[in-house]
Amino acid sequence: MEFGEIVSVLLQGAVVTIQIVAMALPLAVLMAFSFGLIRLYAPTPFKQIAIVYIEFFRGTSALIQLYWIYFVLPFFGITIDAMTAAVVALGLNIGAYGTEVVRGAIQSVPKGQYEASIALNFTSSQRLWRIIMPQALVNMIPPFGNLAIELVKATSLVSLITIGDLTFKAKMLADTTLQVGEIFGVVLLFYFVMAQFLVFFIRRLETHLSKGLGRGGLHS
Amino acid sequence: MSAPIIEFKNVKKCFGETVIFSDFNFKVEENEIVSIIGPSGSGKSTLLRILMTLEGIDGGYINVAGESLWHMPWQGQHVPANNKHLHKMRNHLGMVFQHFNLFPHMTVKRNITEAPMRVKGVSRAEAEEFAEKLLQLVGLADKADSYPNDLSGGQKQRVGIARALAMKPSILLLDEITSALDPELVDEVLDVIRNLVKEESFTMLLVTHEMYFAREISDRVCFFDKGAIVEEGEPEAIFTQPKEERTKAFLNAYIGQ
Amino acid sequence: MNGFHWDWAFTWEVFPMILTAAKVTLLATLLGSIFAIVMGLVFALLRRSNSRTLRISIYWVVEFIRSTPLLVQIFFLYYVMPEFGISMSPLATGVFALGLHYGAYLSEVFRSGIDGIEKGQWEAARALNLTIVDTYKDIVLPQAIRPMIPATGNYIIAMFKETPQLSAITLLEMLQMAKIIGSENFRYLEPFTLVGILYLVFSLLAAYGIHQVERRFPKEGFSLK
Repeated sequence: MEFGEIVSVLLQGAVVTIQIVAMALPLAVLMAFSFGLIRLYAPTPFKQIAIVYIEFFRGTSALIQLYWIYFVLPFFGITIDAMTAAVVALGLNIGAYGTEVVRGAIQSVPKGQYEASIALNFTSSQRLWRIIMPQALVNMIPPFGNLAIELVKATSLVSLITIGDLTFKAKMLADTTLQVGEIFGVVLLFYFVMAQFLVFFIRRLETHLSKGLGRGGLHS
Repeated sequence: MSAPIIEFKNVKKCFGETVIFSDFNFKVEENEIVSIIGPSGSGKSTLLRILMTLEGIDGGYINVAGESLWHMPWQGQHVPANNKHLHKMRNHLGMVFQHFNLFPHMTVKRNITEAPMRVKGVSRAEAEEFAEKLLQLVGLADKADSYPNDLSGGQKQRVGIARALAMKPSILLLDEITSALDPELVDEVLDVIRNLVKEESFTMLLVTHEMYFAREISDRVCFFDKGAIVEEGEPEAIFTQPKEERTKAFLNAYIGQ
Repeated sequence: MNGFHWDWAFTWEVFPMILTAAKVTLLATLLGSIFAIVMGLVFALLRRSNSRTLRISIYWVVEFIRSTPLLVQIFFLYYVMPEFGISMSPLATGVFALGLHYGAYLSEVFRSGIDGIEKGQWEAARALNLTIVDTYKDIVLPQAIRPMIPATGNYIIAMFKETPQLSAITLLEMLQMAKIIGSENFRYLEPFTLVGILYLVFSLLAAYGIHQVERRFPKEGFSLK
């Protein structure tokens, strides 16, 4: 097989990989914020639900979660296609790690900021959204960036439930053409480029956001 | 004389096993300026933080402007205050912090206008006009659009004062407002307070280590040690003829420096 | 289909098989950790080398390994190594891949651990005319180990949770066993759930274990002799 053909097949796979990232990432962020905030502020029963979710998804392995959702849910009468299973499993998995990012970033805002906002009589929701969250967001960017890279890497697992992503195409090509060195070399490079693109984007975002914090420092 | 604006009755406060106040009583009259001095860990800052509702109490009552701070009437009984009550009570109080605690993601102007606009519903135009006035008062009219991190410590603290004043509190709490500053920046901040009390009358409660300032500005000085007022009186009396041994020892240590 | 109920008889039937496979999972994790720690140290020390070229190359090698999927690395080793005449068993391939991948992560932990040693300690070692090997062995590492324990432990737990990927190259670890049981009996509920629970139990135990190790570790460090 021509090298050009190999690359074009792999590109098709890369598109699928990017699609999965594009769908799972918003889900992960949504889970991270909602359960991160529940974990911090909600009444105890809700907190416990959040803890179960977080511990379960962090304590078991992403591939098992994916298999469970894809192979076991049909036994409960819930049949979902591979793509949905992939997005749900990866979104929930990365989201569970994200809750800790949200929680940690909020808790790392200096205590004095809470105290000043109480002294100025802000309500608790104003305190969170106007004072604490804008500062916490800046702290969240780098760890969320790392999680986004983890997500890109984790998408390779979906090849094991027959989704035609980058890894799947690579394995398929490797099995048929035997040009394994080139194929896996190119695939690794593809993933690397995607990760570097994310790194670049995250740095830009971080610089942009921290400008609003008066030259990046957090302590005033 | 009318009823005191602040009154602590048999207040108890612990941090875990550590007892800060076991049976604390204290009064401040309206428009009185009271300085609290004493060794660290004596409960001085806790007193202010309890008033600002940053710390709860474990017993007793506190009245502020004729109402109970940490309790409210409910079905004929006194019950622990809910958020709504605390929200109402906080309108009487303003606080300036040792470490400034300015909001780093807001300009100086927004630091000052945010609370009046969001909490009191003052219009932007009105809030900004008042902010300008306050910035002039603290000598930082040209810094309205700077961010806190671009200011010196002394400038930050002057913004901190303006921010507290923007809410027009009737009681101002100053918690070691110069302790985090380099010595050469202390006076620019204290001058703001000096001017402030010249122009308007405030009830002011300050915890400070600046003895000369306490002596100059206060109507009354309280010497605190181990969660109790050991000695209190007019500044001249406390500083020139302290009666208690502990006060003498403390003041000597300061003068000795 | 088999419907919505949990079959206890089936569970007890497959449980011993999954436990047998758990030994493979744990063995892969153990060998992978040892290899990862060695690789991590090698990377970390090379990043402190005097040659700028070497430092920069190692930086990009580590960055490359960290930002590409473990599964693809496993495939790469499994398919490409034989091209160079190196055939390894699935277990050896897995250990190699896990060790390399997590070695890259651990190198960052070790690097910051070593960087965390005060400058004065290096200067003192130089003043005492210690060799570079003795400096690391007697001065730096004994002090650096304790702060590295939590992060190292977390990466080992993370590695443990990635061992199911070795099923992709037919290693008969827990997940592969569950998959085989599932496809032979047309029942995935019990085997997959059992594997999930075992992972949860093992990683919670490991997290507790790491905490204990850290707590008991002498604060002042210890002698490597």
